[in-house]
Amino acid sequence: MKLFKIRGGVHPDDRKRLASEQPIETLPLPDLLHIPLQQHIGAPASPAVRRGQRVAKGDLLAQGQGMISAPVHAPTSGRIMGVGQYPAHHASGLSVPTITLQPDGEDRWSDAIQGVDDPFALEPEAIAARVAAAGIVGLGGATFPSAVKLDLRKRYTIQTLVINGAECEPYLTCDDRLMREHSEAVIDGIRIMAQALGVTQIVIGIEDNKPQAQAAMAVAASIDPNIRIARLPTRYPMGSEKHLVQTLTGRETPARGLTADIGVVVHNPATAFAVHEALRFGYPLVARVVTVSGSAISRPANVRVPLGTRVQDLIAHCGGFKEEPTRLISGGPMMGQPLPSTRVPMVKGSNGVLALTAAETGQSDVRPCIRCATCVQACPCGLVPLEMVAHIHAGDLEGAVKRGLMDCIGCGSCAYVCPGHIPLVQFLNHAKGEMAARGRSKQKQMETKRLAEQRTARMEAIKRAKREQMEQRKREMAARKKAEAEAAQQAAAATTEPVASETES
Amino acid sequence: MRIETPAAQCGPFAHDLVSIPRTMGLVILALVPATLFGLVQFGWPAIWLFLATLAGALLAEILSLWLAGKPIRPDLSDGTALLTGWLLAMTLPPWAPWWIGVIGGLLAIVVAKQVFGGVGQNLFNPAMVARVALLIAFPAEMTRFVAPTPLFSAEAPGLVESLGITFGGQGFDAFTGATVLGQVRTELGQGEMLANILPDLYAPFSGAVGTVAGSLGETSALLLLLGGVFLLYKRVITWHIPVSLLGTIAVLATLMHLIDPAHYAGALYHLVSGATLLGAFFIATDPVTSPVSARGQLLFGAGCGLLIYVIRTWAGYPEGVAFAVLLMNACAPLIDHYVKPRVYGRDRRGQPLEYPNDAETSR
Repeated sequence: MKLFKIRGGVHPDDRKRLASEQPIETLPLPDLLHIPLQQHIGAPASPAVRRGQRVAKGDLLAQGQGMISAPVHAPTSGRIMGVGQYPAHHASGLSVPTITLQPDGEDRWSDAIQGVDDPFALEPEAIAARVAAAGIVGLGGATFPSAVKLDLRKRYTIQTLVINGAECEPYLTCDDRLMREHSEAVIDGIRIMAQALGVTQIVIGIEDNKPQAQAAMAVAASIDPNIRIARLPTRYPMGSEKHLVQTLTGRETPARGLTADIGVVVHNPATAFAVHEALRFGYPLVARVVTVSGSAISRPANVRVPLGTRVQDLIAHCGGFKEEPTRLISGGPMMGQPLPSTRVPMVKGSNGVLALTAAETGQSDVRPCIRCATCVQACPCGLVPLEMVAHIHAGDLEGAVKRGLMDCIGCGSCAYVCPGHIPLVQFLNHAKGEMAARGRSKQKQMETKRLAEQRTARMEAIKRAKREQMEQRKREMAARKKAEAEAAQQAAAATTEPVASETES
Repeated sequence: MRIETPAAQCGPFAHDLVSIPRTMGLVILALVPATLFGLVQFGWPAIWLFLATLAGALLAEILSLWLAGKPIRPDLSDGTALLTGWLLAMTLPPWAPWWIGVIGGLLAIVVAKQVFGGVGQNLFNPAMVARVALLIAFPAEMTRFVAPTPLFSAEAPGLVESLGITFGGQGFDAFTGATVLGQVRTELGQGEMLANILPDLYAPFSGAVGTVAGSLGETSALLLLLGGVFLLYKRVITWHIPVSLLGTIAVLATLMHLIDPAHYAGALYHLVSGATLLGAFFIATDPVTSPVSARGQLLFGAGCGLLIYVIRTWAGYPEGVAFAVLLMNACAPLIDHYVKPRVYGRDRRGQPLEYPNDAETSR
């Protein structure tokens, strides 16, 4: 099919060879699982189990809350050891609400688990509801609840479902392996999602560095004439949702908008696989395929991991470290984040664990910007990173926002090519975080102001009411006095008529 | 088995194999053929001047860094000072006395670079600032060119004699020549017709190879072109500035030549003579002092080309590359302010894109 060009981008050494020929293996059950309540974008789930309770595999552990949220299920059968705090799968290493589960080794599915015979007979709403109940989120790393995206047809006119099999991050091969080994299941999941979205056009985009996945998916897709396979040129960030859609359709998503604005919804192949499992077998999302790679790993592999497995158990399964890594990263090297320790658990959004050596990260001393403009050439969003960073450096965050800070997708292409090794993404993310904090504090101020004004108004009302009451009372008092006075007058008048009174008495 | 990684920092945790020293090294590598050609062609005095200029630039860099209390080794090792000195040396008359090179090096590094704050902070191209300052301060030394006397040839000055020329202030009247641009300029001023001047003086072939009088490293158009193509191939520079600069000169020269062939030389004459090619590939493309966007660079290059042609043809100097580049350097911040790439998902004015009469506007 005809493809369109995108602006900028880089060609990092993909280093997928390390793990791309390793078939997906299943991780033996670890001793303990630490399952965080928030593994998705949106509101955290609220716990539905108590300490000491026995659960079967697939039982609900925590219920999703609100419009954008996702439930969490038991990755295996066992006993709940506690509902408490545990270090998060996040660079900060802060503790977050987490359920700790001790597997009993039986790995017994719950009796309530039941699939659907013919998902294509279901109403779109019913499919979305099942996807929501299975706790499925975007497994490409964004972890946005998938059911919400399947419901987009209610507010937008959707024509096309795009499957993002670009996997443009170096090292990562989990989607590649999944598409090679489970192509039929992935295609089935894709068709179910298309049914839920009510679309007939399906495009699966796979980069050219994955020819086997392209071939396997093409074979599996031959059952549905609506599915087309797009052979994407290998270029980072091809997997950026908006850039992928531009490559396939030639249209840019309007700034601040969604791809749904131009009639496209994008899902990941791993998400499609999870949808297939949820609809056909009733399995909730309790495990995912993860690429463990990097030169410091003894045996790079693609592993199907129960959610909540500690990173150290995963690395031990892959033979431990060959040498001391300088960086331990969750996700790909371009947009992944450093992990604070190997104790943290694997979550729905973790597609890779990389242990990188100093030679791989290409770290070097930072030198001043020579305005060489390679960052401008590399930026897929048409921004001028060197200028934004100069403003951020000078403390002028507003200036950076004016120059498009909020249109930055944080892909890291600019920092990747910078000959001065300037941590451009660090500056940009700092500014984004600071602007978000300012936005929050501004909102807080406005909220405080609103509350204070309400309070003043309330106090005024109370005062007014009191005053009115007082006046009312005064009036009543006056009226009473007047009445008394009148009565007294009458009495006085009566005394002037003693006869009558005497006659009365 | 537990490890704690260093303090949290943003990615990417991969990097292209690039660095500032590598970039500078590639530019110097691209300059080597033309430089060697110049050094051989103009003999020992040129070699001494070249070394004196590099020494002047490097000493100035060390001195400035020391005075500013900055670490010397990292800044010196990035190669920017070396490159500045190198470029300056290439634009000097090859038999100029040593102090021209040293003063030039000092001016370039101290006045044009370090005073602005060092690497990446300067508004004007340091080598061109130095060249223009020298030209205005020492017009005699800066316009005394020699005819080529290749190293070890019969006419070439020997080692001792050359020391006298560079360091001893000895005259060298026997060898003086004029650049093609200068000679044509003078004779046109005397009312000669171009058709009478050029055939004696100028053959496109020798101009392209470089066996003509001229600045130390500017004479060989072909070797400079080779260096420029190497930089393009290595992606150190993009095509925008060289192409728009050379294109503008070529178009203007052709146009004027068609209107009045007796007084205006054709495109090839302008492209191969003087500092045109050095300027197009090595001077105007200096990243620090040129715009960052592709369209801005096109504008910048075209401006340089226009000014070069105007200065050469109608202004007081026979050569205008240095002035043209400096004038356009001054415009670069303005160009960067007004000419920016279009942001993804927005139109040129910065408003979010809209797709009219489409179903998806039903938001």
